[in-house]
Amino acid sequence: MSLLQLEGVSVYYEDFQALYDLDVTIEEGEIFACIGANGAGKSTMLKTVAGVLTPKRGRVLFDGQPIDHLPPYKRVELGISSVPEGRRVFPSLTVHENLLIGGYRNRKGSWTTDGVYDLFPLLQPLKKRQAAGLSGGEQQALAIGRALMANPRLILMDEVSLGLAPVVIKRIYEAFPALLKSGCTILVVEQDVQHVLTVATHVACFLEGRIALQGAPSELTSEQITAAYFGVY
Amino acid sequence: MEWVSAIIQGILLGGLYALFAVGLSLVFGTMRLTNLAHGDLTVLSTYVALIIVGSGAVRFNPLYSIPIVMVIMWVLGYALQRGLLNFIVQKGDVQGVIVTFGISIVIMNALQEAFTPNSQRLPVGELESRSITISDQLAIGWLPLIIFILAVVVIAVLQLFMNQTKMGRAFRAVSDDQEAARLMGINTKHIWAVAMGVALLIGAIGGVMMGIRTTFHPMLGSDRLIFAFEAVIIGGMGSSWGTLLGGVILGVAQLLGSFAFGPAWATLCGHVVFVVILALRPQGLLAKTVTA
Repeated sequence: MSLLQLEGVSVYYEDFQALYDLDVTIEEGEIFACIGANGAGKSTMLKTVAGVLTPKRGRVLFDGQPIDHLPPYKRVELGISSVPEGRRVFPSLTVHENLLIGGYRNRKGSWTTDGVYDLFPLLQPLKKRQAAGLSGGEQQALAIGRALMANPRLILMDEVSLGLAPVVIKRIYEAFPALLKSGCTILVVEQDVQHVLTVATHVACFLEGRIALQGAPSELTSEQITAAYFGVY
Repeated sequence: MEWVSAIIQGILLGGLYALFAVGLSLVFGTMRLTNLAHGDLTVLSTYVALIIVGSGAVRFNPLYSIPIVMVIMWVLGYALQRGLLNFIVQKGDVQGVIVTFGISIVIMNALQEAFTPNSQRLPVGELESRSITISDQLAIGWLPLIIFILAVVVIAVLQLFMNQTKMGRAFRAVSDDQEAARLMGINTKHIWAVAMGVALLIGAIGGVMMGIRTTFHPMLGSDRLIFAFEAVIIGGMGSSWGTLLGGVILGVAQLLGSFAFGPAWATLCGHVVFVVILALRPQGLLAKTVTA
């Protein structure tokens, strides 16, 4: 059974349709990358899976069960956790408190605060600092650590590389194997295609609310990806 | 020596204002809701105490009614938030102001219907007049002192709750970023309802103590609301100790004004000091604001 399935999902912002009958299947253990230009619908799909947006038509199945009607916190309980766009760490909370909030629902699993500090040693000395004072890269590491604290089966990452220095992006992506090893499936949305293609097992190219192209990165040529990204056929 | 007495009474009065204001500030902090009904809900708790004390075969000391009133107001707050206010919290500031203004009017009029507009009080017997005599012109009433100590204890407990418990941490997370909090698995609707419950529970302590200290009537809520607002703003949003400080400054300003110009000037002097502080330090004296 697939871990996540979207069947004919259409999502609207008021009158504007952002996703058109989207069908997506994500298998356990994948790194599923959604790429595409601004406004192509990648983040909308992520928010629909997280439960922030509800589809007007279509179904979202997690582990075979429909989850459309569930509020975000129930989805976290099932094992869907988020690294939101713009990181959205809690500025007035300390680094450690941010991590504890990630584990709010007490889902069982292998991740602990110590596990996160091992994965991102840069957070260790910042433990007691307010998250507001962290650099972008530190905040991104914290946001990923916070999501891991929920012991997710599926982790949703929205624009993890946005606004970060290449060296920091590299370090973030280097953490992916550890996440997979802990049993997470990763759904990552990126505008920066370069980095994500090196780690992804499956790529879906979004264009104007639809998937224009998808497959394993090794099967796709960069010409195909460029064409799908910009909508040139 | 009389002005020393005015200052001391003002400080103690500030404790009562803080008991009203802390809940207002808590609700605004966690859900950005300006609860215009907060004063009336507090006065409602005074009347709940009146019912409890006045009913039954045994008339008992209003002080003992406090825990019962606290529980009742917590439940009421939770239900009010879950059943009504949660639906408007995310709609915008104006909606919240309008709905809570409506609730304020409903409570005020319902109390008048049920209890008449006449002033009433919650008698506690000789405690009302007992005091500690420090010198010929200076005595501190036990009752105002107890209220002040209660305010300090309430704020200390609230701080512990916010900083040391899982629920308190969730309050702060929701306050920082409610959408991110939902994505982390926090049921914001529940948290908001608990926050409203806690706000009214603290308000209940203030409401009952006010009823013991002075007379009260159904129209008192809006007065209390304004003093609470002023205490919160003087102290600075998000700081409970600041709210106590704000209440104290307001109380001292009122009683010194009353001492200097006569009792009719008390309220105005409080407002003037508030405006001056707002102009000079709009973020409040102990503001604690963090942005990403």
